[in-house]
Amino acid sequence: MDELRSRFEVQVLPHLDAAYRFARWLSYSPADADDVVQEAILRAFRSFDSLRGSDVKSWLLVIVKNCHFTAAKQRQRRDTVPLPDESDLKDGHAMISQMPDPERAALWRDEAKTWERLLSSLPEEQRTVLWLREIEELDYAQIAAVIGVPLGTVMSRLARSRAALKAKWLKEAEDSQHAVR
Amino acid sequence: MRCAESLRVQAYFDAELDPLSADQIERHIELCAECRALFQDLQLVRTTLRRDLEFERAPAALRARIHEALDHSPAAQVRRTPPARPPLRRPFWLGALSGFGGAAVAAMLAFFVLLPARPDPMLDDLVNAHVRSLMPDHLIDVVSTDRHTVKPWFAGHADVSPVVADFESQGYKLVGGRADYFDRQRAAVVVYLHGAHTINVFSWASDRTPAEQSLTRNGYHLQFWNSGNLEYCAVSDTGWEELHGLVKLLKDQE
Repeated sequence: MDELRSRFEVQVLPHLDAAYRFARWLSYSPADADDVVQEAILRAFRSFDSLRGSDVKSWLLVIVKNCHFTAAKQRQRRDTVPLPDESDLKDGHAMISQMPDPERAALWRDEAKTWERLLSSLPEEQRTVLWLREIEELDYAQIAAVIGVPLGTVMSRLARSRAALKAKWLKEAEDSQHAVR
Repeated sequence: MRCAESLRVQAYFDAELDPLSADQIERHIELCAECRALFQDLQLVRTTLRRDLEFERAPAALRARIHEALDHSPAAQVRRTPPARPPLRRPFWLGALSGFGGAAVAAMLAFFVLLPARPDPMLDDLVNAHVRSLMPDHLIDVVSTDRHTVKPWFAGHADVSPVVADFESQGYKLVGGRADYFDRQRAAVVVYLHGAHTINVFSWASDRTPAEQSLTRNGYHLQFWNSGNLEYCAVSDTGWEELHGLVKLLKDQE
């Protein structure tokens, strides 16, 4: 094995689990996540030479996110007949799943625990930022780098998503009390 | 109407404030009932999320597929290392990050180039040992969640006898120990799991008395401290706050 490859395995592959979790979090199905992760790792390998002394984990998660958006766009082109006019939007990402998607919610409704289901019912931009902070334990600067927004946006999004999650949980607790009575 | 300090309370909760601001917010929380409630909500959301969410690992089949694909992938083009970039100011990367894609990646790299690489080869050794431990089957020599098993194991396998304790109820589960050759001696490594993250706590005999130190290398946080003639270093890709939580628990054991 050449030196570059072994360096890649030592520096990047330890983050494979994080990359996989993130892809699962972004994608609809496990199969999509597998494809996204594989593509991301190969892309990372091709550009590995340009990485010097930086934060490998955030760097890899950025690539996973970009691969996810590319794949999601391709899927959308395949599935939808008339394509919305992309030039109307500030960037192409805005047209992809800003709303909680029913498919994902249905997938988790049965087996998952309350909090996982509640989190997955948040809009994508909110649940992703919360996932990166609470589960992957990235700091604000790393999250800003991964999702490509300014620090201030990370802070306000985090605040909104935490408040929304708490509110959903309260509502659920109330509803189940009413159901018991 | 939300308290104007709510974002800073959140930043305090996420360990993003400098010590001075953190002090201000601690005092504010004592006085402001709304922010006290907010702080409790933040704790509730964090604790339950970390308890209830599944931490998946990449399936073995996917790993195999990736290795196979790497075998057939053209390697990154080997270019000669260009001279280091000139330091860039922080506002540049913050601004650039509001864009997407290449600009964001480039800006991120620029930001991390800013952090001067410490010449100390010990840091590289620690980070490399941590990274090695994350490869399958390299993590643990003695697998046990019982400190009465782990602690005596070190007597025969390492040159030092560090603090070993289980903090599962506080979110840091003891999973075992390992000996690593380090600083010309057999260092003891105690391994903890925090959610999805592995934390390696290295310890070795040292007659230097370096100050406590927190630093980040290759995206891993390192926290050094001393106790008696032992030098400790906790290494992980957890957040700072989570790493400091374990360090505090360990110090309290002494």
